[in-house]
Amino acid sequence: MFKKLVTVALVATIAAASAGSAIAQPMQIRIATEGAYPPFNQKDAAGNLVGFDIDIANALCAEMKAECTVVAQDWDGIIPGLVANKYDAIIASMSITPERQQSVGFTEPYYSNYLHVMAKKGSGIAGADDLAGKSVGAERSTVASQWAEDNLGRSADVKLYDTQTAAYSDLDAGRIDAMVSDIYPAYDWLQTHDGFEFIGDNIDIADKIGIAVRKDDNELREALNGALKTIRDNGTYATINAKYFPFDIY
Amino acid sequence: MFDFVRVYLNFKIAASDGICGALAPISPDLFVNACPRFFDGFFVTLELLLLSSVLGFLIAVAVVLARVSSSRFLSIPAHAYIYVFRGTPLLVQLWVLYYGLGSMGAEGLGPLWPFFKEGWWVGLLTLTLNTAAYVAEILRGGIQNLPHGQIEAAEACGMTWSQRMRRIIFPQAIRIAWPAYGNEVILLMKASALVSTITVMDLMGQTRTIFSRSYDLSIFLYGAALYLVLAGLLTLGLRLVEARMTIPSFTQPKSPR
Repeated sequence: MFKKLVTVALVATIAAASAGSAIAQPMQIRIATEGAYPPFNQKDAAGNLVGFDIDIANALCAEMKAECTVVAQDWDGIIPGLVANKYDAIIASMSITPERQQSVGFTEPYYSNYLHVMAKKGSGIAGADDLAGKSVGAERSTVASQWAEDNLGRSADVKLYDTQTAAYSDLDAGRIDAMVSDIYPAYDWLQTHDGFEFIGDNIDIADKIGIAVRKDDNELREALNGALKTIRDNGTYATINAKYFPFDIY
Repeated sequence: MFDFVRVYLNFKIAASDGICGALAPISPDLFVNACPRFFDGFFVTLELLLLSSVLGFLIAVAVVLARVSSSRFLSIPAHAYIYVFRGTPLLVQLWVLYYGLGSMGAEGLGPLWPFFKEGWWVGLLTLTLNTAAYVAEILRGGIQNLPHGQIEAAEACGMTWSQRMRRIIFPQAIRIAWPAYGNEVILLMKASALVSTITVMDLMGQTRTIFSRSYDLSIFLYGAALYLVLAGLLTLGLRLVEARMTIPSFTQPKSPR
């Protein structure tokens, strides 16, 4: 009888201790973003990371009751950094591609991307077909640059930039005749640059944007998927979406 | 001239095809697919490097003559030039000339715009100006190491300034400076990787682009191996020149009789 009592007491203590530690230690998630891709992730004047991706990250963390830190990481090194365990997730408007899936795992998409060509107003470029012989910019390591190289590489002079902002600056300066870009950041840029416009139609490349996690990190992936579904259902996502775009980007 | 360009272009294609073809059976698929792009980049780096070292050397000769001149109107600007280009990072120089000047656009730069429009030309210009500053200092070391008696003797023989430079000072200074100059060429080769940040598809630019499609880090090892090959070729070339220039009694200690 005494033995039984001791056992019960022990089990109770252990259960209490483990429950206690679960409350004391919420999930710690280190998140990387690029910080050079407005309006999804960029730095404000004070150097803080802001944007759609950051808002989504914060909403997901609040939903999972996790403690999150968001750091900026250069795009070229962002996947190697995840693999090397420098952080646990990438919320940086990353397209889900088979090449990337070789190295990392992805959650369900949190928005859909299209490509679009931009050029100066009155440039005479009416669509992607008119780009032969022109110089066309895109950010290296993006689906836009891969599309540009694969579809325009033979006919046009494709120039690759390290950041989206560098490509904008050369489009603005007239160094490149057109630019292929993801549609939403381009939409954002065009709001403040009157002299430029979208050319032609959306280029649908079946591009879905997801959160990257390490391949074997199923626990985090499932937690993020669950939280994503919740914020879609409870309207948090729609509120964040409306803050940046007057149309649904999901 | 056009013949030379055509021969060179054919050589590039033949070399790239030949080497990639020869390596194909013994290389992983990753390298086989990327091989032509690697060699594209290899030749862009080689071209930038050879042109900027030759042009940089010519500018350096002019700068060092001004730098060691007794006239302040010459020596102070030369000093300032060397100070600015040695004292600021090459990356900053590239970005100031490419993004900074480039933001003035066609209206601001006028006839210079076609030149500044292209990352390749801005890269060549920046590498040239940068290396010229270093080479000028290397040559100055060679010139100021010469025993002053030689110059006095040349003056006593009635040689003019240009005769002294051509016959006495430069031939010796260049021999003294050559090993340090070779070092600068190798450093320039590595520094040239920075032009990939201003859209130039040099070896580094191609390597990064190939990597951005495969996310396989071994791509960088292939890139590094090609830089090593380039460094090997440069070292060989520099040694050959050094061997041709060497005057045994001038540089080697005399053997005892």
